Amino acid sequence: MSSVRVLAGTRKGAFILTSDGKRKDWKISGPHFTGWEIYHLKGSPADPNRLYASQTSGWFGQQVQRSDDGGETWNPISAQFTYDGVPGTHQWYDGTPHPWEFKRVWHLEPSLTEPDTVFAGAEDAALFKSTDGGNSWTELSGLRTNATAPGWQPGAGGMCLHTIILDPTNPERIVIAISAAGAFRSDDGGKSWKPINKGLNSKFLPNPTAEVGHCVHHIAMNAKTPKTLFMQKHWDVMRSDDAGDNWTEVSGNLPTDFGFVIDVHTHEPETVYVVPIKSDSEHFPLDGKLQVFRSKSGGNEWEPLTKGLPQQDCYVNVLRDAMSVDALDDCGIYFGTTGGQIYCSPDAGDTWNTISEHLPPVLSIEVQTLA
Amino acid sequence: MSRIRVELPAPLLRHAKITSGHEIALEIDAPVTLRRLLDALEEAHPTLRGCVRDQNTNERRAFIRFFACNEDLSHESVDDPLPDEIVSGREPLIILGAIAGG
Repeated sequence: MSSVRVLAGTRKGAFILTSDGKRKDWKISGPHFTGWEIYHLKGSPADPNRLYASQTSGWFGQQVQRSDDGGETWNPISAQFTYDGVPGTHQWYDGTPHPWEFKRVWHLEPSLTEPDTVFAGAEDAALFKSTDGGNSWTELSGLRTNATAPGWQPGAGGMCLHTIILDPTNPERIVIAISAAGAFRSDDGGKSWKPINKGLNSKFLPNPTAEVGHCVHHIAMNAKTPKTLFMQKHWDVMRSDDAGDNWTEVSGNLPTDFGFVIDVHTHEPETVYVVPIKSDSEHFPLDGKLQVFRSKSGGNEWEPLTKGLPQQDCYVNVLRDAMSVDALDDCGIYFGTTGGQIYCSPDAGDTWNTISEHLPPVLSIEVQTLA
Repeated sequence: MSRIRVELPAPLLRHAKITSGHEIALEIDAPVTLRRLLDALEEAHPTLRGCVRDQNTNERRAFIRFFACNEDLSHESVDDPLPDEIVSGREPLIILGAIAGG
């Protein structure tokens, strides 16, 4: 019988939650890496027992951990992230040039086919790749040396590369997103990159439709339709049907189109999920009601999903990497909150169960569907 | 060769899987300096690379402090000789995370 393994990164360690395919009863292990911030952990699609975790601390810096047994045991691997050549400058908050400085890894994306190959998205924004299981890292510096890079500027959370999407039909195609530079795509395996922000409109920019400078919060893709991308921007929910070349707004009837997470149903490429957040200055749900919104039409028409979610006095946030979906026949949807709750819907969002309620603030959620 | 006692903060003990207490010992050739001590620490425990010094600049991380004999050596040259009490093993060199935040 199939089972699922939920990988939760939190402010004070990593937790692993497991359940059978019913997704009703859960076992929790952890905290792993007690006291450290775990920005993200994710399993290899090619070998589910191979997990990678980004472990970081304001005091003790960046570490990366690897497990070869599904999270039972872990070992540190290389955390030597060195920018290629002279790093150069990007714009600082005050508009002055500021040198690129490595701070942490926000996201680890294992290859779809090779367990020893993994990508790391860094702050200050850069993409690194390892082909030896994390024993060494090489920057794909064509991104950071893109002609637009000197004008990139950090968002409030830092200038982080937080989203990495690998195209299952084209190993040369990678889509990434940076706050607050925008989305970029490579069609040659990461050697060269181009901004893909046409159609985005950001009122905080002097030119709201500028080529770069957009605060993209997250991008999601269904593996069956890799040219279709869904984006939760700072404000606005967007979609593209040409791998990011052009974007159109699909916020439709959402009560607020600010938010961080976005994800797509595993089996229904037009079924999309977001968690609307009140505003950029009020990072909590509208009216204290935690609601996931689902569109079955690829956007524009959204319905609130509330059964099992708190509908009063709820003032948590759901951060950009804290939603995931499983691949069971009845697609499960998962998300974690800054209040330490993890919710699971075993029926594509119709009803929700709390599978953990007192963890540290949740930074990321990934789900593995195990045979 | 001197046997130097080094105290580590709890998160680094856990990270390096050191279970023998909060203090370790390092064998270091004279002259014993902070640089040599940190080199020896990272050689003995490679998982601590990047935790005390930045891996790219080799500079002390901003919120790491070095205390010895009730003195803060954090802003001293890493090539200065360490105090005799440290070299003789009478006192430990203390590596700790600075108090930062509320």
